[in-house]
Amino acid sequence: MARQLSAAHFSNEQRLVTGVVADFKKTLPATRDSPPFDLDVHLTAPAGTTVLFGPSGSGKTLTLNCLAGFVRPDSGRILLDNRIHFDAAGRVNLPPHLRRCGYIFQDHALFPHMTVRQNLTFAADGTFDRKESALGRRRRIADMLDSFELAGLASQKPGQLSGGQRQRAALARVLLSEPRLLLLDEPTRGLDSRLRDSFYSLLQSTQGRLNAPVILITHDINECLRLANNLCLLEAGRVLQNGPLHSVLQKPATVEVAKSLGLYILLPAEIRALDPGRRTSRLRVLDTDIDGPYLPGHLLGDRCTLCVRQSAAVVLASNSTENALTLRVLGSYQSSQGVRLECENDVRLAVTPQQWEQVRENDRLRVYLPPDAISFLS
Amino acid sequence: MGRTLESIDWFPLFLSLKVAALSTMFILVIGTGLAYLLSHREFRGKSLLDSAITLPLVLPPTVLGYYLLVVVGRETGLGRLYEWLFGTPLVFTWQAAVVAAIVHSAPIYIKGARVLLENVDYRYEWAARSLGASEWRTFWRITLPLARRGLSALGSLSFARALGDFGITIMVAGNFPGRTQTVSVAIYEAVESGDGRLARILVLVVSAVALAFLWPGSYLQRTSRMSSGS
Repeated sequence: MARQLSAAHFSNEQRLVTGVVADFKKTLPATRDSPPFDLDVHLTAPAGTTVLFGPSGSGKTLTLNCLAGFVRPDSGRILLDNRIHFDAAGRVNLPPHLRRCGYIFQDHALFPHMTVRQNLTFAADGTFDRKESALGRRRRIADMLDSFELAGLASQKPGQLSGGQRQRAALARVLLSEPRLLLLDEPTRGLDSRLRDSFYSLLQSTQGRLNAPVILITHDINECLRLANNLCLLEAGRVLQNGPLHSVLQKPATVEVAKSLGLYILLPAEIRALDPGRRTSRLRVLDTDIDGPYLPGHLLGDRCTLCVRQSAAVVLASNSTENALTLRVLGSYQSSQGVRLECENDVRLAVTPQQWEQVRENDRLRVYLPPDAISFLS
Repeated sequence: MGRTLESIDWFPLFLSLKVAALSTMFILVIGTGLAYLLSHREFRGKSLLDSAITLPLVLPPTVLGYYLLVVVGRETGLGRLYEWLFGTPLVFTWQAAVVAAIVHSAPIYIKGARVLLENVDYRYEWAARSLGASEWRTFWRITLPLARRGLSALGSLSFARALGDFGITIMVAGNFPGRTQTVSVAIYEAVESGDGRLARILVLVVSAVALAFLWPGSYLQRTSRMSSGS
């Protein structure tokens, strides 16, 4: 009864939502090495990949462990496909093996005393369909070994495998357990870029065969942009913003969110003029007036933070164009995205090597901010 | 006093081996279970249980023997239960020597096994749970195999220790030649009665047997360390 009541109560608005709906708190007491930690998570992870993004120590792994059932939250609820996994008020706490949350650990945690085939068999034996015949199960394992190119390695122990082979074995193993939710804790940490790439491709092809939401932890923004359909930003145990990737990127909810993503030019600004007719505004930024979008709900003289995606800003070769700021360059370095520039006021930009050649003589840059790319954060 | 090897009564040695084997089997089952509880569960009275398990290591054997007499004597509930089940009293039988050996060597096994089980990487256990394995299946298929080498070494240590109990055994099983006289008691009696040759032979044989059981254990530990270090 308690289960039904709380399910109805909690999922009123999300009755048809598949995926994870979680709302829980957990306090870790202080230890000798660390102060107490409060985790307060409100998270929805619908179908597709949800990336938990945030700095180290923001509570990402603890969140994942609560979802998997390894750590018991102090209060709140966790639902997966409208099925209650945890409900403090209703005293429901499904043990991990009944939650069917496949978990991929940083080092993959392949059982060292078993061969690859035994690892896979262990997972296949754990699936809930007891009607499956031994033959059917063997065939399922053989198929998985084939499709992950592990057939020749079936009798090897994990210690004998290369990094890439271990990744494949871990993914094959987790797929055989037929999870309803896949959790990945920084699966590419410590891997070189080639192995990272192969893991991403593998994961994306895996998702095709796995009809389940994926929650992945990373603190690499490129990994986040590549894999995420949804984003959940965590900082110091709190969720800063949770939603579809494109909407979070388009409109970070707060300055904190924008800072945490590290993708934006953030500058203090003051509203000089508002024109509801033409739906434009005039903003004072770094002693320059520039055009912005209309800002409903704001008044003349309001001081806020101007926010522009770094990739939307254009570095100009000449002084002529309107809507541009002048910024002094403090440093530059080569990166995989071209040349990264660090400018005054904590502004970071990426330019192509050709652009950099054109402007590198000057120590000041003209940076054009397209009016429709500007948003305004309180 | 010239004894030939044929004239030596080997019963105490065989009894000791039997007692040590049986007590080790008990310890492996109950001790591993207790060690798992202590290493993987939080419950009230855990530290009290841990201290109680350590107690036999520090108390004099005579005190432990006295306690055992109080607990399993003919007048106590446990003693009566045993007598009702098996038709004979427990005290002053070779079975009492098994109980004595368990009390003597279980603490070392349990304390060591707890550390070993705690040191099994929890991520393997969590991975198993997330793959649908119950706690019981995880214990049998993951935790236990990963701690196997260490537990085997501890098992041979507790066998060797059980072989050598004297104080508790003589308190609860007594010294009845041919019935409850274990090898350590036999050595004591040989020395007391001035049979130095018998004492020397038994001492050497016991030492050799104990060494034979300890050596593979420490070899196992050494290789497990080498393989985990690679």
